[in-house]
Amino acid sequence: MAKAKRSIPELYEAARGGERRALGRLLTLVERGGPDADAVSELAHADSDGAHIVGITGAPGAGKSTLVGQLVTDLVEAGAKPAVLAVDPSSPLTGGAILGDRIRMDDIAEHGPAPGTQRPSTFIRSMATRGHSGGLALAVPLAVRLFDACGYDPVIVETVGVGQVEVDVVGAADTAVVVMTPGMGDAVQANKAGLLEVADVFVINKADRPGANDVRRDLDLMLDLSHMTGQESEHGYRPPIVMASALKGEGNVEVWKTVEDHRAHLRATGQETIRRQNRIRTEVRARLAQAMSNAAEAAMDGEGAAQLHRAETAEISPNEATNELLRQLLRES
Amino acid sequence: MTDQPQLRVVLAKLGLDGHDRGIKVVARILRDAGMEVIYLGLRQTTASIVAAAEQEDADAIGLSMHNAGHMTLAPAMVAAIDEAELDTPVIVGGIVPEQDIQPLLDAGVAAVLGPGASAEEVAQTIRDAVANAD
Repeated sequence: MAKAKRSIPELYEAARGGERRALGRLLTLVERGGPDADAVSELAHADSDGAHIVGITGAPGAGKSTLVGQLVTDLVEAGAKPAVLAVDPSSPLTGGAILGDRIRMDDIAEHGPAPGTQRPSTFIRSMATRGHSGGLALAVPLAVRLFDACGYDPVIVETVGVGQVEVDVVGAADTAVVVMTPGMGDAVQANKAGLLEVADVFVINKADRPGANDVRRDLDLMLDLSHMTGQESEHGYRPPIVMASALKGEGNVEVWKTVEDHRAHLRATGQETIRRQNRIRTEVRARLAQAMSNAAEAAMDGEGAAQLHRAETAEISPNEATNELLRQLLRES
Repeated sequence: MTDQPQLRVVLAKLGLDGHDRGIKVVARILRDAGMEVIYLGLRQTTASIVAAAEQEDADAIGLSMHNAGHMTLAPAMVAAIDEAELDTPVIVGGIVPEQDIQPLLDAGVAAVLGPGASAEEVAQTIRDAVANAD
């Protein structure tokens, strides 16, 4: 059956009306970036109204997706309408990806509106990093805004905590949850990963396994150090540590309560507004960097080709060529 | 990497069928062919696959079948896709006897891949099915 191609505003209206197919389509446009993504962004900007954005990160296999599956099931039971954006890495060699987060959430994945009920349904979207790290920094805030505009709240963003961009994405959330497990090395390892600094809530998952209490002790020590060096938040917030076993459904209720407590803390101290302003600043910076990078590419192919060639043939230094191109770029804009 | 839009493929096994060696190989083949695979794995239902196809905006659905249920399950999948007003092509892979292939195609399955299909053939079949569905 041939369906007429719908315009972006038509898709947007349908998505706001609850049509998941239309929302799925719009998310694809968001992922691809460019003018279509900008158009979606403009529409969603007008309608977004402050959904609670929760970032979840941790090492591969820590149990993030399983935990998210539990949290979302609880949220749906409680009448909320959560959305999940699950980010997985693309292969740097082929650009392909195996997005395997959904498989851990399969109980909720089919939570459509149950027949004869108005139960709000959740929406899970897998997103690949697609090699260009800048792309993720652009696409994630936009996808979150779109979920928000379509009435989803909270919006949970799950990433593998390996790259700087992934950590940044989670760090830009209202509440950043870092999932750790026993047996992954001591707290020095965690400190290296840069995860400690973004965490608002720590979850020690697989807490039924040996060594869970050691992880907790190490973490507590690290947090004591943050306190000593004055890195603890000026509002006296110390990230709580929650023990969980996501697969067994233990601890998930407490995890979410802790997340909510953190939000209450943000609100009580005025931090929520500051975080949101920072998030917008980060997004604008990423968009600006992308635009500049595009302009630079165009300049190297276009008017700057002559300068580039002079550098290539060693007539001028790379430094001189760069400065010349930069002057051209700034003149143009 | 090309400027072609990245293909997104949902891979699943439908119903009671625990043979997932093949689908894992196919997932890897498609990834290496530059596609994004949304891997649903074992024991999916037509409803869960439709939900995934909608939310993930899948370009194609790959069903791996090794339980001789293909004559029932694959047409049920196609019907569920139609009912959801999606036009996502369904490609069946696995153990399908020769005489069942044409009836499956008649039932709306876009293509059937058997054992011995090369990696190249698997990827190209998906690309062709997507191109034909547009």
